[in-house]
Amino acid sequence: MIPVCATTALPPGEAIRVEADEPIAVFNVDGEFLAIDDTCTHQDASLADGWLDGCAVECPLHASCFDLRTGKVSGPPAKTPVRTHRVVVQDGTVFVQPGIAAEGAA
Amino acid sequence: MSPTVAVVGASLAGLSAARALRERSYDGRVVVVGDEVHAPYDRPPLSKDFLAGRASLDDIALGAPDDEDLALEWRLGTTAVGLDPAGRAVLLADGSEVRADGVVLATGARARRLPGSEGLAGVHVLRTLDDAVALQADLAGAGSLVVIGGGFIGAEVASTARGLGLDVTVVEALPVPLSGPLGEEMGAVVAGLHAAHGTRLLVGTGVAGLVGTGRVEAVELTDGTRLPADVVVVGIGAVPNTEWLAGSGLALGNGVLTDARGATGNPAVVAVGDCAATWSGAAERHVRTEHWTHALEQPATAVATLLGSTEPAPAPVPYFWSDQYGARIQFAGSRRTADVPRVVEGSTAEGSFLAVYERDGQPVAVLGVDQPRLFTRWRRQLRSAVPSPS
Ligand code: FES
Repeated sequence: MIPVCATTALPPGEAIRVEADEPIAVFNVDGEFLAIDDTCTHQDASLADGWLDGCAVECPLHASCFDLRTGKVSGPPAKTPVRTHRVVVQDGTVFVQPGIAAEGAA
Repeated sequence: MSPTVAVVGASLAGLSAARALRERSYDGRVVVVGDEVHAPYDRPPLSKDFLAGRASLDDIALGAPDDEDLALEWRLGTTAVGLDPAGRAVLLADGSEVRADGVVLATGARARRLPGSEGLAGVHVLRTLDDAVALQADLAGAGSLVVIGGGFIGAEVASTARGLGLDVTVVEALPVPLSGPLGEEMGAVVAGLHAAHGTRLLVGTGVAGLVGTGRVEAVELTDGTRLPADVVVVGIGAVPNTEWLAGSGLALGNGVLTDARGATGNPAVVAVGDCAATWSGAAERHVRTEHWTHALEQPATAVATLLGSTEPAPAPVPYFWSDQYGARIQFAGSRRTADVPRVVEGSTAEGSFLAVYERDGQPVAVLGVDQPRLFTRWRRQLRSAVPSPS
């Protein structure tokens, strides 16, 4: 498990990029923490820089939207989903488990 | 005959229209006619990663696995040559026709060519996949490239060619490249990328002609200068593909004229993407937009119109981007000549900055260079600031 930050350091609507073998983006959606691959499957954009809209993030470059729960992409130009990662909150700290898909993900 | 919609044009706008039809639960036949033999692909990478050899045809394909479910009938490699005035049939170059109850015009635009460049090897435009493949092959053995036109396509080709190690010169007729989309001040800043990366930029210079027999050897400028060139790329804009609609009864200007919802004078015909000049309430004229995002989003409105919806058209904030010399350039909003840019983050000298264009103290447009996060926030803010049209 990789420690990300204190829960208080990631307020609702915000995102943070976590360095890992493949960088991961962790989002706070109204108090719920969700994690996906940080790199857009289209080109080299950091999804943590994107715009959080409900439970999806819009890529900052060409506006493909990724569902944070399933990793699915809504429309072009990206074609492939991102991976989701399980997030664990313990004692006020957010952790991410890279490579372990979040529950409910495709 | 079962109900049919013909989508004429198989690039982003055409594909988006076909998808939008299915999203609106249209269950008739959808026939997509495309003059290129290729399945829909994404054009922006043609001047960047695809040209550089970093992206494959597979990478730039627009089709998604789910598209099978759309049950589209493809007529690729077939040029539409006429539209029956009743709007009930699209005539094709092979003599056949597609009978349809509704037609979506999405024939796009083609690259404008330099008069007198026909038949001269080594002279390229860049619009289609075939163009990009041909240019790539030519650049591989070349030492020098002259790009005519310092717009986004020209600048991106110059940047890619520099990356491939060529000696590159960009010739721009205007005193400041990109002053149309970005204004003079920011146009000059962005055009500064050329010099910073070893590309020669000549501005305020016209092209008198091309020199060479059989194959281009040089570009001659209006001041008499000769620029030796193994390869020449002409990037001087695009013209809408609407000639085939002469005799269709549709109103044509700089594109097929439509109202804000994509409707033409014929209720069975709508027009989308680069071939359409859509009424803009804000600009008080028909505007033809060549932006990628426009071709992606606008067909949903036009298709709704075709299917009988009269909901007001959304007024999206125009957005485009360009990648040059590793710099990520993003622009959103509607800029007019008098709008003043103000740098609110970073600095133009550092190369990473965000500039907001203001009119009467209100932000109307935003330019970001290597500021994707902040840019996205501003783009969103502009989106919510735009009042919905009545
Ligand atoms: S990089 Fe994300 S959509 Fe293009």
